[in-house]
Amino acid sequence: MNAQPPAGIALSINGEATSIMAPPATRLSAALRDSLGLTGTKTGCDAGDCGACTVLLDGAQVCACMVPLAQAEGRAVTTIEGFSATRWGRALGASFLAHGAAQCGICTPGMVMAAAELLAETPAPDEAAVEAALGGVLCRCTGYRAITEAVLAAHRFLDAPPAPAPEDDAVGARLARIDGPEKLDGSALYGADTAPADALWLRPIRSPHAHARFRLGAAPPGVTLLTAADVPGRNGFGIYPHIKDQPVFCAHTALYRGDCVAALVGAREAVLAAELPIEWEPLPALDMAAARAPGAPLVHAHLPGNVLTTGRVISGTPATATHSADIAIRTGFVEHAYIEPEAGYAERIGDQIKIFASTQAPYMDREEVAGVLGIPQEDVRIIPSACGGGFGGKLDVSLQPMLAVAAWKLGRPVRAVYGRPESMAASTKRHPARIQARAGCDAQGRLTHFDFEGDYDTGAYASWGPTVAGRVPVHASGPYRVPAVRAQARAIHSHNPPSGAFRGFGVPQAAIAQEALWDMLADKAGLDRLEFRALNALRAGDTSATGQRLEHSVGLLACLDALRPRWRELRAAAAAANAAGGGALRHGVGVACMWYGIGNTGMSNPSTMRLSLAPDGRLEFRNGAVDIGQGSSTVLAQIAAQALGLRVADLHHINGDTFLTPDAGKTSASRQSFVSGRAAMEAGLALRAAILRRANAGPDAALELRQGVLLVDGAALALSETLHGEGSFDPPTIPLDANGQGIPYACYGFAAQIAALAVDTRLGTIHMQRIVAAHDVGRAINPTLVEGQIHGGIAQGLGLALMEEYIPGRTENLHDYLIPSMGDVPEIETFLIEDPEPLGPYGAKGVGEPALVATAPAIFSAIRDATGAVITRVPALPYRVLEAIARV
Amino acid sequence: MDRYFRPRSLAEALDILAEHTPRPLAGGTDLYPALTGAEAWGPRPALDWMDISGLSALHGIEAAEGGLRIGALVSWTQIATAALPPALAALQQAARQVGGRQVQNRGTLLGNLCNASPAADGVPPLLILDAEIELASAAGTRRLRLGDFLRGNRATARRPDELAVALHIPPPPEAESRFEKLGTRRQLVISIVMVAGLLRLEAGRVAEARIAVGACSAVARRLPGLEAALRGAAPGDVAGIIGGATLDPLTPIADIRGTAEYRLSAARTLVARSLGA
Repeated sequence: MNAQPPAGIALSINGEATSIMAPPATRLSAALRDSLGLTGTKTGCDAGDCGACTVLLDGAQVCACMVPLAQAEGRAVTTIEGFSATRWGRALGASFLAHGAAQCGICTPGMVMAAAELLAETPAPDEAAVEAALGGVLCRCTGYRAITEAVLAAHRFLDAPPAPAPEDDAVGARLARIDGPEKLDGSALYGADTAPADALWLRPIRSPHAHARFRLGAAPPGVTLLTAADVPGRNGFGIYPHIKDQPVFCAHTALYRGDCVAALVGAREAVLAAELPIEWEPLPALDMAAARAPGAPLVHAHLPGNVLTTGRVISGTPATATHSADIAIRTGFVEHAYIEPEAGYAERIGDQIKIFASTQAPYMDREEVAGVLGIPQEDVRIIPSACGGGFGGKLDVSLQPMLAVAAWKLGRPVRAVYGRPESMAASTKRHPARIQARAGCDAQGRLTHFDFEGDYDTGAYASWGPTVAGRVPVHASGPYRVPAVRAQARAIHSHNPPSGAFRGFGVPQAAIAQEALWDMLADKAGLDRLEFRALNALRAGDTSATGQRLEHSVGLLACLDALRPRWRELRAAAAAANAAGGGALRHGVGVACMWYGIGNTGMSNPSTMRLSLAPDGRLEFRNGAVDIGQGSSTVLAQIAAQALGLRVADLHHINGDTFLTPDAGKTSASRQSFVSGRAAMEAGLALRAAILRRANAGPDAALELRQGVLLVDGAALALSETLHGEGSFDPPTIPLDANGQGIPYACYGFAAQIAALAVDTRLGTIHMQRIVAAHDVGRAINPTLVEGQIHGGIAQGLGLALMEEYIPGRTENLHDYLIPSMGDVPEIETFLIEDPEPLGPYGAKGVGEPALVATAPAIFSAIRDATGAVITRVPALPYRVLEAIARV
Repeated sequence: MDRYFRPRSLAEALDILAEHTPRPLAGGTDLYPALTGAEAWGPRPALDWMDISGLSALHGIEAAEGGLRIGALVSWTQIATAALPPALAALQQAARQVGGRQVQNRGTLLGNLCNASPAADGVPPLLILDAEIELASAAGTRRLRLGDFLRGNRATARRPDELAVALHIPPPPEAESRFEKLGTRRQLVISIVMVAGLLRLEAGRVAEARIAVGACSAVARRLPGLEAALRGAAPGDVAGIIGGATLDPLTPIADIRGTAEYRLSAARTLVARSLGA
């Protein structure tokens, strides 16, 4: 007779009775994911801080990461997989897609399940009810407004027929994102969502000290210890070809808290429970101030003064200034806080290695893995998972090298998933900056000069430090006519976490100082702050401080023109509110502008896209650009289809697989719409030309794919072989010389934003009321996605301004490190300015980073308007706001 | 080796506690995050938990002794949505601001007290109600005033063999209380300072003031000096009295959320606002 099966914990999942064999304290989220394969429930923090794992337990929303499986016994659990197939689930899904409410998609299941509880009670809720119900889920991409709108409108999507292929998918259409449906039903596979069944688990061992020598003991039996000695190739990686300074495993000395010294590999439970003896010898740790002090010890022996890189722009001779102003500011580390922590697996296949992981830069990952293993790049296959947010933080490799080493050495698939504290301690950050700047203008308010000195704490390893030091001086004087500029930025090593790429590469910090000076100068010159900026704004035909003549697509004045009516209205409203006397509240309105070079700084950054049409009518789009939520898959498809003259729905997508897709470069520097977009356009035009040649048709011929048959002007065209179209683009630039002269970027994005707020002058708290944003994007390929970028950038800018400050060892979670929650983001109004860029696809430029840069300066401008206080310490936490007010 | 006890009756639970002293687990909203923190830098610690969710005796809010008895398994959502006297308004306002709805649906008021964070939002609203905690053990039960139960940062008077089974609120004053929470963001935020206040007027004068301030000392504190100073005051004088008062028992520290001076100043502002002054 068969033995009785062991009794599991019985419960109902999505209406089906089931039983789970797992210990009673198992987190419900883990049981759903690991035992049942229901990976639509995401894990973002395992601490109830992010809400990504929200499910319904007997109809009530709960964080599944804090529910012991035992407490679900006999109860009904509803997950995204079940709910998305229900009447309300379909309605919410359709509304989310229509509103652009899902970007990277990692918070989407949690948002939808939180909404599910609300809508079951209140089918047509108001905004306050939505905020109360969904406020427990954090989103890092959308700025929340689209999510709120989607939930408010969900009832209007009830029982709507399944959407047919949208009729309007041309460039400029608000096409719903093409990778949206799998984000709404939980089927999209992120880094932690899949791995070979026999994969071993890897747990990195990290230094709890900012600087320490160490000696490793032996791993317990059954667990493999990997150390520096196990790295078969170069034990180092880094963004720059000549700076591979970050070890996979430190050899003997850790240089920051979170530095990886070893890894344990084996069966999951054994690895989690294993104790590795380590002798630590803590050493003195340098912060940036100590690292700059004369005679300071060196973080890296070959870098005198701990200076990694210095970038500068020097141009012009200052004219006499009538008014002058100066400022010194200090900013903190900012954490990317993507809701998906790093995760993935590696698998050795013969002499090749395959890596499936969350990334923004598959081709750079390929290079790093090849270097670490000492094998040719062609033998490294990088398959990006769905990416649950990046913002620059997943441009550097994280777990890819160590997974590769483990899988290579052990011949078994190996997977790893970072926990939230580990993700925060180990990953790169936005550079903290100490900036001194001064500027002057003449009696009419025309700028005469701008001087800028910025020290950026680049932490223990180089990462993107040189990029920041290079990009900052170019942008430091802002999108203005400044006859004389002296700007210098240095990247300084310390024993802090490596600072890398974060939406704006140091420019947002610089813009805070620069825009504050403009407010001071405007006041001294007796000019309205917006008009001061308009007076000095760059125009087409002007020459920048790097000596670049800007011929086209300089839409800053148009942005300011769009804002001007709102500026006046909001200023009048604030004045009226202040005159009425609001007790502790003082109202203010601020304005700030920005510019941002699209693509790499004075460096080649090509992209290639490929299309093919097979005789059976299969139209393939091979697109190696990683869609990290911003929507490049959709935008590039719209461009390619438009150029080709076929429909987006006709495309079969092959995305980001270094064995299958050509190199599109990294998803960074706001470059995909511009650089890869142009490549997609060229690919579309090339395939179209091939088809037209084959059909002997004229350039205006209409193409159609109908059930696998290609029609040219209505006549079927049989293909005997597959036709190809490939397009490449590399934006033309000229590297900067020693004084920062050259053509660093082929084009620039421009924007101006207004912030309206009230300051509680007793508590120092900021009550955001409204942001109005005008962005010159050249051409909005997909306005919904562009607005999504702007909203998300504003939310991150607001976080940078008011709350975000990463402190190693102190804020390694999402309750001590605060990112904006749903109620923090005010109403946002956007104006899309389309001053076409001739090099861009259909005129398009980038918007990813430009979205963020102006927000913090606009908020600080408004705080100063309300109170007179100049914010010099960022973030402007309530106590710092009160201190700034006290200095007035 | 993990231990996870699941008693089905209070008696069984108290026996388990007497013998094994595991950590009581209700909604899990503090224990799981603590576990995440503990396993971040080393091997996962062994669990030693007693799940009290199956103890039906610990459910419910009921009238008792002229006041209220709140069971150990009562969640924040149940507090927020119950029909309660106006003096408990501060408690209900706090209940809507603890974490997100997910935490409110699972986390318990008693758990918040037992966790004993200096920033526990449940404490000030209960201090102004003179609430008592009922602790049960195999040896019997005892009641402690909340102020005596909370001993310090993460420290309580609960013995390892005891279970906090209920909260007792004596007949509350006929006045509406108010909760003022100060944080750096709107949702999901640990308080920088929070205040619960209540003012009962008789014949146009303050007959009674009750004020408690959290996150300005290791344990939230009532302000007896200020309460006494306000007694008999005309409503128009309340703001001035608060402005000139020494907030004696408060000993705020500086941390990442604010300086000590800032906390004191914010506490004074929030005390005034909680009293409508």
